[in-house]
Amino acid sequence: MLVEIVVCVFLVIGALFGLVGSFGLLKLQDTMQRLHAPTKATTLGIGGVLIASMLYFLLIKDSFSFHELMITLFLFLTAPISANFLAQTHISLRMKQSDLPESGGAYGWSLFDDPPVMEKPSEPAAPTQAPH
Amino acid sequence: MLRKLVPHPFLAVSLACVWLALVNKITLGNIILGGFLGLVIALITAPYWPGKPRVRDPFKVVGFVFLVMWDIVVANVQIALIILFKPTDKLKSAWITVPLELTSPEAITVLAGTITMTPGTVSATLSSCGRAILVHALHTDDPIAVRDDIKSRYEKRLLEIFS
Repeated sequence: MLVEIVVCVFLVIGALFGLVGSFGLLKLQDTMQRLHAPTKATTLGIGGVLIASMLYFLLIKDSFSFHELMITLFLFLTAPISANFLAQTHISLRMKQSDLPESGGAYGWSLFDDPPVMEKPSEPAAPTQAPH
Repeated sequence: MLRKLVPHPFLAVSLACVWLALVNKITLGNIILGGFLGLVIALITAPYWPGKPRVRDPFKVVGFVFLVMWDIVVANVQIALIILFKPTDKLKSAWITVPLELTSPEAITVLAGTITMTPGTVSATLSSCGRAILVHALHTDDPIAVRDDIKSRYEKRLLEIFS
């Protein structure tokens, strides 16, 4: 009984944060602001559901599964990367260099500026074909 | 010879562990298959990992992971409160330039991911020389404080972890 209550609490918390994250997409004004909602609020949303699932299987079904941990791991690996891709695409399509602050160094942001020229290590002489 | 065959032992071991967790059954066959996959995948993807990230202090990694997890929970609540109760026209979003002291690509990747997952900030892009990172803050009254917070809270610890 107590276990079921705890599982339910985690489910409700998860669902609540998932809802808030999706509501954020609707409410916030521009692309960069909208990016904040799914990268954060939804993490805890999914986290809550996963914790509930883990507790349920561990305490009620008496079986332990690693899958929830794996989902968490993949989520934490992929969420920042997809957010970063969206941000980069948004900047290069919709924004000008003058909209962004200075990078503070000799080189500007990588979307607008070429990287510094690296000193190439001297290449080894091309292998000559050995005569037969 | 062994270095060449197993360029990244840690990557191979973690891939094997991920495989075991995915099939969710620890049997001898799965361990052998997981080990095989770990070795082969690490070997095939070796060209993408030219450098070797050196972790100086594994205990600091654990501390960092727990700090970030706590911050993720805090971030979620903060963002939820902003979304629910802050009128959108009162939101003060800002672009923040954070100069980097970290140099290794792995460390910068971890920092960028951490910035995205934690309170009110999303990392957007790097300067083309890799000496600064561009961060977008959803709502802040004091961009300088956000910058200093990122530097002192996360970058300092990552500097200690990656030598």
